[in-house]
Parts: sequence; structure tokens; C-alpha cells
Amino acid sequence: MSRVVIIGAGQAGASLAIKLRGLGHEGPITLLGSEEALPYQRPPLSKKYLLGEMEVDRLHLRPRSFYEERRIELRHGVAVTSIDRAGKTVTLDDGTSLPYDQLALTTGAEPLRLPARLGGELPGTYTVRTLRDVDAMAPEFVEGRRVLIVGGGYIGLEAAAVAASRGLQVTLVEMAERILQRVAAPETSSYFRELHRGHGVDIREGVGVASLAGEGRVATAALSDGTVLETDFVVVGVGVRPATGLAEAAGLAIDNGIRVDARGRTSDPSIFAAGDCTSFPFRGQRVRLESVPNAIDQAEATAAAMLGSDKDYVARPWFWSDQYDVKLQIAGLNAGYDQTVVRPGARAGALSVWYYRGSELLAVDAMNDPRSYMTGKRWIAGGFSPPPTVVSDPQCDLKSLAAPGSPGAAPTAPRGG
Amino acid sequence: MPRITYIEHDGTEHTVEVGNGLSVMEGARDNDIPGIEADCGGACACATCHVHVDPSWIDKIPAKDDAEADMLDFAAAPISGTSRLACQIRVADHLDGLIVRMPETQG
Repeated sequence: MSRVVIIGAGQAGASLAIKLRGLGHEGPITLLGSEEALPYQRPPLSKKYLLGEMEVDRLHLRPRSFYEERRIELRHGVAVTSIDRAGKTVTLDDGTSLPYDQLALTTGAEPLRLPARLGGELPGTYTVRTLRDVDAMAPEFVEGRRVLIVGGGYIGLEAAAVAASRGLQVTLVEMAERILQRVAAPETSSYFRELHRGHGVDIREGVGVASLAGEGRVATAALSDGTVLETDFVVVGVGVRPATGLAEAAGLAIDNGIRVDARGRTSDPSIFAAGDCTSFPFRGQRVRLESVPNAIDQAEATAAAMLGSDKDYVARPWFWSDQYDVKLQIAGLNAGYDQTVVRPGARAGALSVWYYRGSELLAVDAMNDPRSYMTGKRWIAGGFSPPPTVVSDPQCDLKSLAAPGSPGAAPTAPRGG
Repeated sequence: MPRITYIEHDGTEHTVEVGNGLSVMEGARDNDIPGIEADCGGACACATCHVHVDPSWIDKIPAKDDAEADMLDFAAAPISGTSRLACQIRVADHLDGLIVRMPETQG
């Protein structure tokens, strides 16, 4: 019986392990996690959990008994120090080693920090990735205190929303010309800029942090425009890098993440990878997605491939973010767009931004507009691109554009691998 | 603990105990009941935890909000008058005995 070792007990690792058992794999499965907690959902960390509206137990993907009943051996708080591909073993930080027949890398991503020489390691400076990160910063979120948020991506904006909702004085700096510049069109950036300003967040775009300083703890931030800000703490959300260290040291091919094919195979036939740590083929490009839905679907497809499936993983990217009372849902990937159209939604504050390359619909950002999101997601998956002028007409009923059975209707194929 | 009965589209029934305060979706997930996917983990973001609440129970559950209604309107399987997203139904003592049926697909 094949022995499977999975390195990384986040969403991808847990999904992969559970799917292997679900598909009938009977050999040993060991899931190794460097964190102490049971595998848990990360998205609520910067949303409901940080707001104090969700208890830690509800973050867990499954109760402990679930893994025990399925003979998935969970080992927490252990780090893998190396992979011996020739001997097919992994070595742990306690000096022991584990043999494998098949290895899966679901190592996720690591948050970028400000460099230590710029004060990035000062106490009172936090990143947002793990339960431990968020538990450490949560006591800082006290009404009236001042927080500086570095980075106007989704993580920074979500942290800003939590802080502002809890009555903190929030300043957010974004080095690029506008917030969300890397991931969204100007229309979406504007929507969120207005939303945050309406909640009292001081958003400064085109401004970076030159350095942080303080005696034993962060107290001031020197900004790139020469301003010096006093602050009580700092949250850094300036992106992540894929956790490829082990794979690199083992000599696996790396290409903006661990390079895998559409079945999760790395350059070593016994080693697979899935989730945020990988780059994989998508519509003729190679992409790396930082997203839970992809972690689940890619991990499940990879589990099937490990058991011999010859089915390729076809990603259907989607994302969401919660800020104040706004839910953003994104379908598709907008990379390479050359045109956007805006569609007002039915409800107050509802808006969607549709991304096209030529006449091809690539993606939609839907703010408090689930109808646009759900429609767009289906259309993109089905390869259906209604003309931009039709989409932007608020009088046009989206549902009427694609009849059941047409390319715009719900795909009937079973999902996953 | 309240007992919830989940009925798969093929008629397979699962009756399990679900703690107060958890959602009907979480009850299915923790007991590995097929037919509910819940990719977003309960954020009302994905519409893959669609269930048909047994009509005798629908009045005991708080009404859906606009966002849930819109998501359901575009769920992968046809909806009924008692369709709900299981992540939005909180389990409590007065729901002991609740019956929900899963649709053919979650998309």
C-alpha cells in the first residue's frame, strides 16, 4: 500500500488528505503541520474572527475525531527540514525521518514583512497569515488606538475595516498609485476607497513606509512623502511569497511557486503539490492563485491524480472579501484585460465591474451584487461573453442573456477531480 | 444536542447531532455528509450549501436576507420555496428534528 506524506496542514493539505481517503486510498496518510492548531480556515482571520464574531472552534475545517476516524495521522507543530528524493524520506526538525511512496507539498505562502533594518521586526508590528498572528494582534484592536496599515490589498483593507469598525483611528498607506492596483481596475479601487473613507479611514495612496521606529516597540512611522506618523501598532499586508524553500532545496522545478502540471505533478514523479505554493497551467498561461477555492479544488484534483486519474485540473478562479457591510465576490482572472464596463446593481451600493480582453469576458468584481457574480462566474466557466454594452445596461436582465443549456447556463459536469 | 436529518438527493438519510450555535452546513461538514460543499466555509459567498428545508420546518427558521436570496436565485440546482443556504441556518434547541434535503448538484 502506498504511503502518502503531506507537508503543510492548511486548506490544501487537509483537502488533499480527505480526498485521498474519500477516493478509496487505503495506505497510510500523514499530514504534517508546522502550526499547533487543527487545520483551519484562514479567510475569517482577517474578517469575522478578528472582529470577535467567530469562535476559534468554528475555524477548524474538521473536528479532530474526523481525522482519527479516517486514519489520517495529523502531526502538528512539526517542521520538515529536508526532503531526500533518492531515499524517499522527509526529515523533521525533531531529527526523525518519515518514508514516503508519494509526497505532497501543500506548504502555502508566507507573508512578506518590512525588512528588519527598517523596523519591520519591532514589537507591535504584525502580519496576517496564521491564527497565531491574529491572536497576537487582536488585543491591540481597542477603541481609540491608532493603527497604521501598510498595504492596500485585500488583507490590508480587511484589517482596516475591522479596525475602523471597532473604533480605532486607522491610517492605510499604499505604495502604488491606488489601492488594489495589482488586482483590480480603477473602478473597483474607487469603490473601496470611498467605502473606507466613509468609515473614517485615512487612505494615502502613492505613499510607502520608509522606516518604523520606537524604543522597544513601534511608535512612529516615517513615510516616503516625508511625513512622520505616530502609531500604536502596525499591520503589514504587502503580499505573500509562495513557500517553496523545501522544494527548492530538494531541487524541484520552481517557477513563481512550485511548478506543477494540470495534475499537480512536480518535476519529480513521486512528488505532487497543490494550493498557494504552486504555479500551474491555466488557459495557456501559468498562474499562481492565492485563494481558498483553488486550494480546495486543486488539492482534490491532485489527490485524484495521485491515485492514477488522468483528468486535468481546470481552475475556475473565484475570490471573496468582506469589508464592513460590503461583500466583494470576484469570478475569473482579469490579467490582460483591456476594457472594463460598470454595471449598477439592484440594491443600494451594489456595483459590478466587468473585465474584457477584446470581446472575451475575463472576470467580474461584484460588490454587494451576488446576481452579477453568480452570472459572471457561470458565463466565464462556460466561455460565454455577452457584449460589454449589454452587460453595462442596468435594464438588461442578466438571467435572460443565457438560456438553460446554452453556453452561459450552469455547467452540468461534476465539479472537482 | 439538536438532531438534524440530512437527506441526500438519492434518498440516503443521515441523522446526526449538531451543537447549538453551529450552522446546518457545519453539521454536515463535521459529519462528512455528502451533498453539501461549502467551499467558502460559511461566508455566504459561494452558494454550494443549498438545501431544501422540509416545509414543516421553514417557519421556525429566520427569513433569508437579500444576499442569501440573490445567491440562491443563481444556485446550480433548481430552487424551491423552502430553499436556503445551510451556512445561514444556526442550529438551536427549537430546531431539534429539523429535516433538510440536498439538491442534485451544488455546481
